[in-house]
Amino acid sequence: MALEDYGASFVMCPSCSRRTTQANWRANWQVCPTCGAHQALSAPERLLSVLDAGSFVELGEHIDGRDPLGFPGYPQKLEDLRKKTGLEEAVITGVGAIDGVRVVIGVMDSRFMMASMGMAVGERLAVAVEYAKNGGLPLILFCASGGARMQEGIISLMQMAKTSAAIADFSAAGGLYISVLTHPTTGGVMASFASQGDITLAEPGALLGFAGPRVIEQTIGQRLPEGFQRSEFQQEHGFVDQIVPRGSMRETLAKLLRLHGYGVMRG
Amino acid sequence: MIREILSQLDEIEAMLGVTKGAERQSLLEQREALLARCEKLTAEQKVFLARHPRRPRIDAYIHELFTDFFEQKGDRANREDPSILGGIALFHGEPVTVIGHRKGTDLNENVAYNFGMPGAEGYRKVQRLMRQAEKFRRPVITFIDTPGAYPGMEAEERGVGEAIAQCLSLMSRLSVPTIAVVTGEGGSGGALALGVADRVLMLENAYYAVLTPEGFASILWKDAGRRGEACEVMKLTAQDLHGYGVIDEIISEPVGGAQRKPQAVFETLDEALSRYLDELRGMDAGALIAARYDKFRHMGQ
Repeated sequence: MALEDYGASFVMCPSCSRRTTQANWRANWQVCPTCGAHQALSAPERLLSVLDAGSFVELGEHIDGRDPLGFPGYPQKLEDLRKKTGLEEAVITGVGAIDGVRVVIGVMDSRFMMASMGMAVGERLAVAVEYAKNGGLPLILFCASGGARMQEGIISLMQMAKTSAAIADFSAAGGLYISVLTHPTTGGVMASFASQGDITLAEPGALLGFAGPRVIEQTIGQRLPEGFQRSEFQQEHGFVDQIVPRGSMRETLAKLLRLHGYGVMRG
Repeated sequence: MIREILSQLDEIEAMLGVTKGAERQSLLEQREALLARCEKLTAEQKVFLARHPRRPRIDAYIHELFTDFFEQKGDRANREDPSILGGIALFHGEPVTVIGHRKGTDLNENVAYNFGMPGAEGYRKVQRLMRQAEKFRRPVITFIDTPGAYPGMEAEERGVGEAIAQCLSLMSRLSVPTIAVVTGEGGSGGALALGVADRVLMLENAYYAVLTPEGFASILWKDAGRRGEACEVMKLTAQDLHGYGVIDEIISEPVGGAQRKPQAVFETLDEALSRYLDELRGMDAGALIAARYDKFRHMGQ
């Protein structure tokens, strides 16, 4: 069969424009086999990529967002997105295992309103963190977010306080929290739980910062240099322990868990 | 509209000093009529008052409510960020730590203080002062008045997001009483960084929001000009926030705004701060932290 006959089963990398078979692209967790660019990974795929097969049990799936401000058109927008993405909200939380070690895990999904943080995201995360504390489990959060959920106004802002308080409480009880920053992590999420890990990892080339590049450029009236706010920049400036390619994420997390005594002595 | 009313009030009050008899009576009546128009303000008008150039700044609150203020500068890592003012002072004779955003009263001051928009160093100074307050068992009183943290290159290079995140973390577990007062603009995470407190008070015409109304309109509608509409839908007034349980008490202002009679605001605030400090001083550290956790844990549940 001629190559063209495969048609839609080929994927073009948005970064290098080279084509890869759909199967290959998926098997590589949306990392381009040619140039190594990390494209967006959905939350379900992310869970599959790091957890032991069949180990995931969702927590807090009943926690839905509401419309605290009575914001015009917001409930309909949520409804449409739920249908379109199959997600209830911008984060999935639950318990799973990595190399047999139980962990509490949360994964944000940028398909859902740029994974902005509203009350449902804040509440799901807080419930997950409290579950980790009560069960003595390590916590892993894959962050990705445009920041606060504008449509939820001040209630969205307060989720920064809520998640920070939950993580500070978990930390004071001796819990291990690994924060993994993925593209993009900005705004109120960067200025709260994403920046509070005992260990901070980042995927290569992710945009990570507080203010968005467009806002900064408007404020200072000049173009930002190439690579500004990317993972490599954040590591250079001291805000990331290690940059970990997606293919090595699972083994890196497993190693960090072992280094903190999970799965070795504590079983 | 509020701008015109306030400038007419200024003119009338200037004339009142030099006018007698029937003409004076007429001026007084005009003043009453103008003030009546300030009784019910829209959200956008409140935002105007919250940003009024003569609105009392943190310097004035420190001068009027505290004695023996000793300013503490610097984050001990990089530099002094003058957009945060902090130090030790006496409140009714008892030592407290006072920290707040600093805006200026004229252009020169505002440039020096970066219009109350801190960088990473400002928030690291906040952390340093709060840790010290904890060590010496001083309550912490914060004054919030910022459009937000500064969105500049240096702020990003030095991790302003991380610095704010650590403020939130630290405040959530501080073992001494904490009271935050939103006096003017409560813009975004840069405001919240001083706001994870046991009690959050807010002046009647201050605003507190996820973003400035201009930023909000620009993000949602790609049009910063729709500020007025943003002010309405954002629910950013003290009355709205009290309804949501985000703030504990509204500090009333004189009709027409705090800048008209600052002394009245200082007196009301002094009473509220004394009352809450008395209440909080009676709680031990564990109870304070647990109650603060519950307070923020229940927001948006």
